[in-house]
Amino acid sequence: MSDFPDELKYAATHEWVRVEEDGSVTIGISDHAQELLGDIVFIELPEEGATVSAKDEMSVVESVKAASDIYAPISGEVIAVNEDLTDAPETVNADPYGEGWICRILPSNPAELEELLDANTYAGMCE
Amino acid sequence: MGQKTALYDRHCTAGARLVDFGGWDMPIQYTSLIEEHNAVRQHAGVFDVSHMTIVDVTGDDAEPWLRWMLANDVARLGQPGQALYTAMLNDTGGVIDDLIVYRLRNGYRLVVNCATREKDLAWLQGHIESHQATLTERPELAILAVQGPKALKIVDDILRSRGEPELADAVQSLKPFTAAENDQWLVARTGYTGENGVEIILPESQAPELWDALLEAGVRPIGLGARDTLRLEAGMNLYGHEMDESVSPLSANMGWTIALKPEDRDFVGRSAVALHADQLTDGSLPVLAGLVMTERGVLREGMRVVCTLEDGSTADGITTSGTFSPTLKHAIALARIPTGTTQCAVEIRGKLLPVRTVKPGFVRHGKQIFD
Repeated sequence: MSDFPDELKYAATHEWVRVEEDGSVTIGISDHAQELLGDIVFIELPEEGATVSAKDEMSVVESVKAASDIYAPISGEVIAVNEDLTDAPETVNADPYGEGWICRILPSNPAELEELLDANTYAGMCE
Repeated sequence: MGQKTALYDRHCTAGARLVDFGGWDMPIQYTSLIEEHNAVRQHAGVFDVSHMTIVDVTGDDAEPWLRWMLANDVARLGQPGQALYTAMLNDTGGVIDDLIVYRLRNGYRLVVNCATREKDLAWLQGHIESHQATLTERPELAILAVQGPKALKIVDDILRSRGEPELADAVQSLKPFTAAENDQWLVARTGYTGENGVEIILPESQAPELWDALLEAGVRPIGLGARDTLRLEAGMNLYGHEMDESVSPLSANMGWTIALKPEDRDFVGRSAVALHADQLTDGSLPVLAGLVMTERGVLREGMRVVCTLEDGSTADGITTSGTFSPTLKHAIALARIPTGTTQCAVEIRGKLLPVRTVKPGFVRHGKQIFD
């Protein structure tokens, strides 16, 4: 069974969002998403410093079987990307909510957080 | 819910993720596609391919009729236990299906794709006409493919412990594309992975017991996901991808399976495919190539291939299958490209990335086979 940590928010497109103390948000893909994709072999990370809008394609995750777009769950500036994934994309499979994070965004419109799903709602959607 | 093979419960027990595959509930993967893939390259794996369709052909005219129906020549099967890979063509030289035909003690056995079962059976039945040939589908038989460098030894041991020493001896001495027959069992040195191994056709009632013995001997269950990456590394075609009824077998690297000699053997599609051979010579028929991309990214089916020709002009080709190669750790693909292509680039998400062209085939016996 997939894991849906309560403290995170989720987009219907399978990204998770964690609000950090400094107001930035960390973003990754859900356990459910990595299970569906299977072995991840390549990640095209967003560019640090890029400005993204909510629901824009910002990154691509490729598994052996399929390519999947990652959508920005929230608008803002990309302030960090997880460069470690370039050489070890399989980390997303092993630890999607920890070492497998994809990027951090400084939200330009924090109110968008309210539009994301809580763990229960997202888990229900994945059933 | 789809049709279930005799091993459905075993798949569930082994933790398979099941998908619909041509109307059958089949395992796509058990644990990890890459782990399963590597198990076949390095040790041994077992695939349940019982969804494939088995049709036996018997009767006085079985041989002449199959010589007419199939593009390869079953007269090359000099004795029972020999097998060959062949296309079944339509009148315009398109590929209705690709299949393996085994010569048995009593007639022939065709193993055809599950997705094309109905049209194949209709096509075959529709061409029997006055021939003394009878088609018998064998849904009560299961097929297990056991593949990998340790596969033959493990199957040998299992057959011996089952009290089948003769069949075990035969397995060890079988050359590729030969088979040993015993009661209801057919053990053939065929496969779809580029590794040594066998495909075992047996009564489905006995399949779970064989499956259990294989797993107990350390053979890993392998899903359809790894089956596809293994066959693609081996450069083998998958019907509906490298070829279909609109594609000449000569554009699918199947020229070697088209037996144009003896010249007095007519077969369905012969005149059309002879024309394709002329087009291949004059360069107007596309060919199947292997593509190797060491850039970061993954090649997928249906991508545009921008090909530079000898005269400097460009023309488009298309990838017919593509994947990340777990053995080589970069992307590979098969692609239909113009004859005389000197350079290729593949369009991925709007960017053109350079690829190398090689003969179709990337990995055999666990090793890279292109320069």
